[in-house]
Amino acid sequence: MSIVVSNISKSYKTVKALKNISFEVNEGELFGLIGPDGAGKTTLFRVLTTLLIADEGKATVAGYDLLKDYKTIRESVGYMPGRFSLYQDLTVEENLKFFATIFGTTIAENYDLIKDIYVQIEPFKTRRAGKLSGGMKQKLALSCALIHKPKVLFLDEPTTGVDPVSRKEFWEMIKRLQQKGITILVSTPYMDEAALCDRIALIQDGTILQIDTPEAIIKHYPKAIYNVSADNMYQLIESLKAYEHSHSVYPFGEFVHYTDKRTGFDPKQLKKYLEEKKLAGISIEITQPTIEDAFMELAI
Amino acid sequence: MKQFRGFVIKEFYHIFRDKRSLFILFGMPIAQILLFGFAITNEINNVDIAVLDHSKDATTEEMINSIAASEYFSIDQFIEREADIETVFKQGKVKAVLNIEKDFSQKLIKDGKAYVQIITDATDPNTANTIFNYVTSILQKFQSSKNKSAEFPYQIVPQTRMVYNPELKSVFMFVPGVMTIILMLVSAMMTSISITREKELGTMEILLVSPLKPFQVIVGKVVPYIFLSVINAIVIVVLSIFIFKMPVEGSLFLLGLESVLFIITALALGILISSIAQTQQTAMMISLMGLMLPVILLSGFIFPISSMPFILQIISNIVPAKWFIIIIKGIMLKGVGLWFIWKETLVLLGMTVFFIGLSVKKYKIRLE
Amino acid sequence: MMENNNVIEVKELTKMFGDFTAVSAITFEVKQGEIFGFLGANGAGKTTAMKMLIGISKPTAGDARVAGFDVASEAENIKKNIGYMSQKFALYDDLTVKENITFFGGIYGLTRAKIKEKTRELTEELGLKDLTDQMVGSLPLGWKQKIAFSVSLLHEPKIVFLDEPTGGVDPITRRQFWEMIYKSANKGTTIFVTTHYMDEAEYCDRVSIMVNGKIEALDSPKKLKEQYGAETMNDVFLKLARG
Repeated sequence: MSIVVSNISKSYKTVKALKNISFEVNEGELFGLIGPDGAGKTTLFRVLTTLLIADEGKATVAGYDLLKDYKTIRESVGYMPGRFSLYQDLTVEENLKFFATIFGTTIAENYDLIKDIYVQIEPFKTRRAGKLSGGMKQKLALSCALIHKPKVLFLDEPTTGVDPVSRKEFWEMIKRLQQKGITILVSTPYMDEAALCDRIALIQDGTILQIDTPEAIIKHYPKAIYNVSADNMYQLIESLKAYEHSHSVYPFGEFVHYTDKRTGFDPKQLKKYLEEKKLAGISIEITQPTIEDAFMELAI
Repeated sequence: MKQFRGFVIKEFYHIFRDKRSLFILFGMPIAQILLFGFAITNEINNVDIAVLDHSKDATTEEMINSIAASEYFSIDQFIEREADIETVFKQGKVKAVLNIEKDFSQKLIKDGKAYVQIITDATDPNTANTIFNYVTSILQKFQSSKNKSAEFPYQIVPQTRMVYNPELKSVFMFVPGVMTIILMLVSAMMTSISITREKELGTMEILLVSPLKPFQVIVGKVVPYIFLSVINAIVIVVLSIFIFKMPVEGSLFLLGLESVLFIITALALGILISSIAQTQQTAMMISLMGLMLPVILLSGFIFPISSMPFILQIISNIVPAKWFIIIIKGIMLKGVGLWFIWKETLVLLGMTVFFIGLSVKKYKIRLE
Repeated sequence: MMENNNVIEVKELTKMFGDFTAVSAITFEVKQGEIFGFLGANGAGKTTAMKMLIGISKPTAGDARVAGFDVASEAENIKKNIGYMSQKFALYDDLTVKENITFFGGIYGLTRAKIKEKTRELTEELGLKDLTDQMVGSLPLGWKQKIAFSVSLLHEPKIVFLDEPTGGVDPITRRQFWEMIYKSANKGTTIFVTTHYMDEAEYCDRVSIMVNGKIEALDSPKKLKEQYGAETMNDVFLKLARG
C-alpha cells in the first residue's frame, strides 16, 4: 500500500472540509479524486502532504506516518499544488534548477525521469515562467515536482484552466510516469477525466461517495438512462420533470438524460406524453451512463 | 549548505528582476539625501547678516572681516542698539545678527575668553542652524590663526540664540532619520513582502514540502536584504558626507556595526509581519502603518520626544527606531564611542533577540 | 434593421495590438433567444472579441451591432441592453445577497419598488428566502453562480454575456444553472457564452470555435460532431487545434 487513509476529518472554523475519509492507494496505481470545487480535494492533498494536520484519523504515505515521520514524507513525495506554483520571474531552467537544489539533487541526476516532459519546454528554457502558456507552465510545474524522483506524486487539479490539447497531453505524460513505478494521486473537477484513472473516488462536500474502477462505477449504475431530445429544450425539461414517473431529469449537452422510476419503462408511453405537451421532434434512445450520471445519482 | 546557497541565489534573481522595487530600493535613499543636501547647500550662499558690535576694536573688526570675506555671508548693515535686532529681523532681509559683547579684546586678553552671540531667524530652522554652524567654523578658524601668534591662547565662544522658534532640532537629525526610515523600509517591508509573495503564489507550499528547513527559508530570505541594506547605509553615509557636509565624528566601524544590528532588528520585524499577513498587500499595509508611522512620528525624527505628551514618551520607548536614532546621532554628530551608547545598543539588541525569537516561534512548518 | 431578428451581427471584426492581430476579421450572427457558445483556447482571442461586443474595446476594423447598436459609436446604449457575468467576478463577497441585488439593480437604474419586487421574485425562484441576509462569500460556489446569473438579468437585458459560467461547479448545480439559461432563452433572452470548457459547449444551440484570432468552425454541436467525426465537442476541438 502506498497511501493508507483511515477516518480522516478536518474542519476550518465552522466548515467541515473532510468528513471521515478512508481509502487506500496501491503501489504504482493512478488514483483519481473526482469532485467539484469545494469538495475537499485540496484539503485532503494538504493533509497528505503534511501541510495540514487532520483533526481526527490517521494516514500513511509511502509507509510513513503523517505526524511522526512528516520530514521523511516531505522528502519522498512530489507535490504540484492547484495553482502552478512557479516563480514567475525566474526562467524555466532557473525554476527547475532551484527546485532540484532545494531537494538536494541536480537536473542531470534525475534527467531520465523528466526527459519526456522537459524536452517539450526545453526550447523555451531561457523564457521567464510568467510568460509561458498554461500548458507549458503545467509541464514545467510537473517537471519541478518530479525532479527529486518522488515515490508518490500528488497532483492537485493539474488540468484546471488548461486548454483541451494540453489536458490530453498531460494525461499521456501521467500515464508514462505511472509506468515508471510512481504512485500518483490526482484530483480533478472534470468527470470525463475519471475514465483515465485506474481507480477513482467520487468526492463531494468532504465525503467520499464511492470508490471503484471507472468501469465498475458505470456498470453498477442502477437504472437505464435515456437520451431524450426535442425542439424546445426548456419545455422538454419542464415536461419531463412534471412527468409522474420520472426519477431524474438532467440536461446533458444536446440531450436530456432521463431515468424512470418504474422497472418496466416503455419509451413509447413517454413519447406520447411529450407529444401531448405539444413538443415536436421528439427522440428517445437508450444510452450509456457516464461517471457524471453516477456522481449525480450518488450525490442526491 | 548547497540547498541554502541555491535559495539565496534565487532571492537575488527576484530582487534584480523586479526593476521597480530595485529602483525604489536604491533610488529612494539617493533621492532623499540629495533633496535634503541640495536644499541646504543652496540656501547658504551670500546670506545677509547684520552686526551689532559693542566693542568696535581691532580684533572685532578683523573678526567681522573674516566673516564678510567668506562666500557664505555678506554684511548687510551695522546696527547700534539691541532694540534694532528685532527691527532688522522683521524687515526680513537679514537672516542672522552677530552680537559681539563689550570690551571683546580686553576680555580675550584678561580672561582668555570672550563671547559672540549668533542670533538667527529660526522660522526657517534648517537655515538658522546651518548659519550657526558656518559662523562657528569661521570663528574657530579665525581663533586658531590668532592663537598661533598670541602669547596666551584664548577662546572665542559663540553662543546661539534662536528667535521665533527656540525648539529647533538639529538639521543633521535628518540624516539619521532618513537612514532609519530607509533601513526599516528596505529590511522590514521588502522581507515581509517577499515572504508573503511566496504564500500568494503557492510556492510556499512546495518549499514546506521540501527538505529545506524552516530556518533556512527564513535566513535565505533575509541574507539578500542584509546585503542590500548595508549597501544602502553606505550610500546614505557617503552622500551625506560629500553632499550634505555631514560631520561624522565617531567611528565608522561602530556606525557600521550598529547599523547591521538595526537592520537585523528590522528584518526580524519583517519576518514577524509575514507570519501574520497572508497577502503582499496586507504585509505592505502592516509595514507602513505599523512600522513607518512610528518611525516618522515617535522616534524623535521629526517631533522631539521631549515635547511629546508623557504617554507618547513612554510608547516611544518600544519603537526600535528611537534607540537607533539616538545611537547614530551620538556616533555621527557627537563622536561618542560605544561607552556612551551601550545602553541604547543593549535595548536594541534585546529587542532584536525578542523579535527573532518570536518570529521563529511563529513561523509555521505547516499551512495553519 | 433588425428584421431578421439577429441581436448580434458581426462583420469582419478585427482588433490589432501593434503588429499582433488578436481578432482577425470574424463574421457571425446570433439570433434572438439563441444560446451561442463562443469557444477557444486561452489566448485564441475570444476575450478580446467579447470586449469589443460589450463596448469596452474599440475595433480596429469591421462592424458589429449588438442589440441594434453599433459597438464603435453607441457603446453606452449597448451597456444598458446587455447583462454580464463572469466566473472571476460575479458578486461582492462581503455584501449580503440582498445588498448585492440592491446595488446591481441600482447601477442599472431600477426603481426602489422594482428592486424590491425583483428581490422577492429572485429569492423565491432560487429558493433562497432564508439566505437573503447572508454574506455572498459564505455561500457555496454553485449558489453564487446561480445568484450572479439572476442578478445579470435584473434589468431584463436583451443579451447576457456569460464568461465561463460553470467551471468547477458540481454536476447537479451545473444542470440547474443550465436549466435557468434555457428558461431565459425560452423567454427570448439571447445567451452568449464564452468558455474553454468544451463540455459547456455541448449545451449551446450553436457554437463558434476560435483558433488564433479566426473563427474556424461555426455550427450546432451536433453538426460539428458529425462533420469532424467526433464523439464530443472536446474531440472536435482537439482535431481543430491540431490542424
